[in-house]
Amino acid sequence: MNDLLIKLAECVEFGKINLASPYPPQMKGQEGADEITRRALEEGVNPQDILSKGLMPGMERIGVKFRENKVFVPQVLMSAKAMSTAMIHLKPHFLSGAAKQKGTFIIGTVLGDLHDIGKNLVGMMVEGNGYKVIDLGTDVSSDKFIAALKENPGAVVGLSALLTTTMASMEKITKEIKEALPETLVTIGGAPVNYEFCLKIGADNYSADPQRLVEFLNVKIA
Amino acid sequence: MRKLIPEIKKGKVLVSDGAWGTFLQKKGLNPGECPEEWNISRPNDVFEIAQSYVDAGADTIETNSFGGSYFKLKNYGFENRVFEINKAAAEISRKAAGPDRFVLGSVGPTGKLLLMEEVTEVELYNAFKEQSMALEAGGADAIVIETMTDLDEARIAVKAAKENTGCEVICTMTFDKIIGGEYRTMMGISPTEMTEALVDAGAEVIGANCGNGIADMIGIVKEIRQANATIPILIHANAGMPHYHDGETTFPESPDDMAARVKEIVEAGANIIGGCCGTTPDHICEVHHVVRSL
Repeated sequence: MNDLLIKLAECVEFGKINLASPYPPQMKGQEGADEITRRALEEGVNPQDILSKGLMPGMERIGVKFRENKVFVPQVLMSAKAMSTAMIHLKPHFLSGAAKQKGTFIIGTVLGDLHDIGKNLVGMMVEGNGYKVIDLGTDVSSDKFIAALKENPGAVVGLSALLTTTMASMEKITKEIKEALPETLVTIGGAPVNYEFCLKIGADNYSADPQRLVEFLNVKIA
Repeated sequence: MRKLIPEIKKGKVLVSDGAWGTFLQKKGLNPGECPEEWNISRPNDVFEIAQSYVDAGADTIETNSFGGSYFKLKNYGFENRVFEINKAAAEISRKAAGPDRFVLGSVGPTGKLLLMEEVTEVELYNAFKEQSMALEAGGADAIVIETMTDLDEARIAVKAAKENTGCEVICTMTFDKIIGGEYRTMMGISPTEMTEALVDAGAEVIGANCGNGIADMIGIVKEIRQANATIPILIHANAGMPHYHDGETTFPESPDDMAARVKEIVEAGANIIGGCCGTTPDHICEVHHVVRSL
């Protein structure tokens, strides 16, 4: 395998954004995801390979470490930042069709809930694992979710909630999405929710961490 | 302004209050509605919550200002009303607490991440300064910075409250029990790391709130006590973790369940004990009975 891709995967795994970034300390002074992606493209590496053999393995490794409590939110956010920096260089290739994403994932925090740290984290992890992510923000109504799903047929939708008080809102939105578009897969996440709640409200999946969600999507879409 | 530390130094265990958010919801607060705005539009409902904890025997009463920072109020378009809303919060709790109990002005996280450059340290400092000063103006004795997960944000909040008010400053973080049984905040901070950093920043009382029932709080108290032999510790425990049933969220631990662990948590080193999500005046009443019998 191309050395650049191995290095790129490391940059993503350890959150090395670019040459100037001081984080992580052990990679100080080295090139980051930004420079390496640019160079790989210049050297003619297939954009698809940059995504699937560089970015995705790096994101997967940090996702697994996060699930195992070996790293915490800050490390994942730095990885996501490194990944997004690389993605900027890949975007034109997605648009031209030279590289393809696995599918579309729509995400939002449910109506009545304004928290977005978890939702953003999950969105970035999913994007870094090769999906197009449409982020509808916080306080999102079922109408907005349904409109986005109609514009993106076949997309999977992810609902986030932090507050116990907005779990009822998650239930209502899940039911309304299922009524309007019965084929849609609805996946849920957030501090107060669990698998039992997922079954109760008729959602298709609950993930306790972003990596599990990626694995669900890989089975259902990719 | 009353001071907590002399009471604690006398060896007194103080009882704090219970949940506010879940209580406001019971009184009709809708999801998506700004809880702190009730200090202006429905002060009597807010007062009744404070009063119910006074009646239950709490020594310290919090304020309805958890989301009262500039950044949180901005979500509702109330960012220009920080002073008014927080001052009112403290006044309401002061009115219920009277002169003999402590009013703890609640300050929660901003929801903005320094790491993602969503906010600068100066912006955070100014937001916490503005909120703390308003709580002091409304009659708070101490500022309680709570539910923190990021150590930098917690440290900035402690400094802002210390440097701009005459209030004692309390700071508690929210820990999860991770694989392997250790405790860490969402951002990876352990109780030991918290203790060193927050004592250094000038916090007079530290501890933990939310995220755990009282049983798991005991381990957190032990770890803090091991890291620092003297710093007063405040614990606001949930009534367990929430269960969802037919559109309603319930919490599993009864007042008796909570009271049953109070002796153990005091022995571990806790100095102020109260509740967080799901705890009610009944929980606090039971805690109060145990504490008085110690």
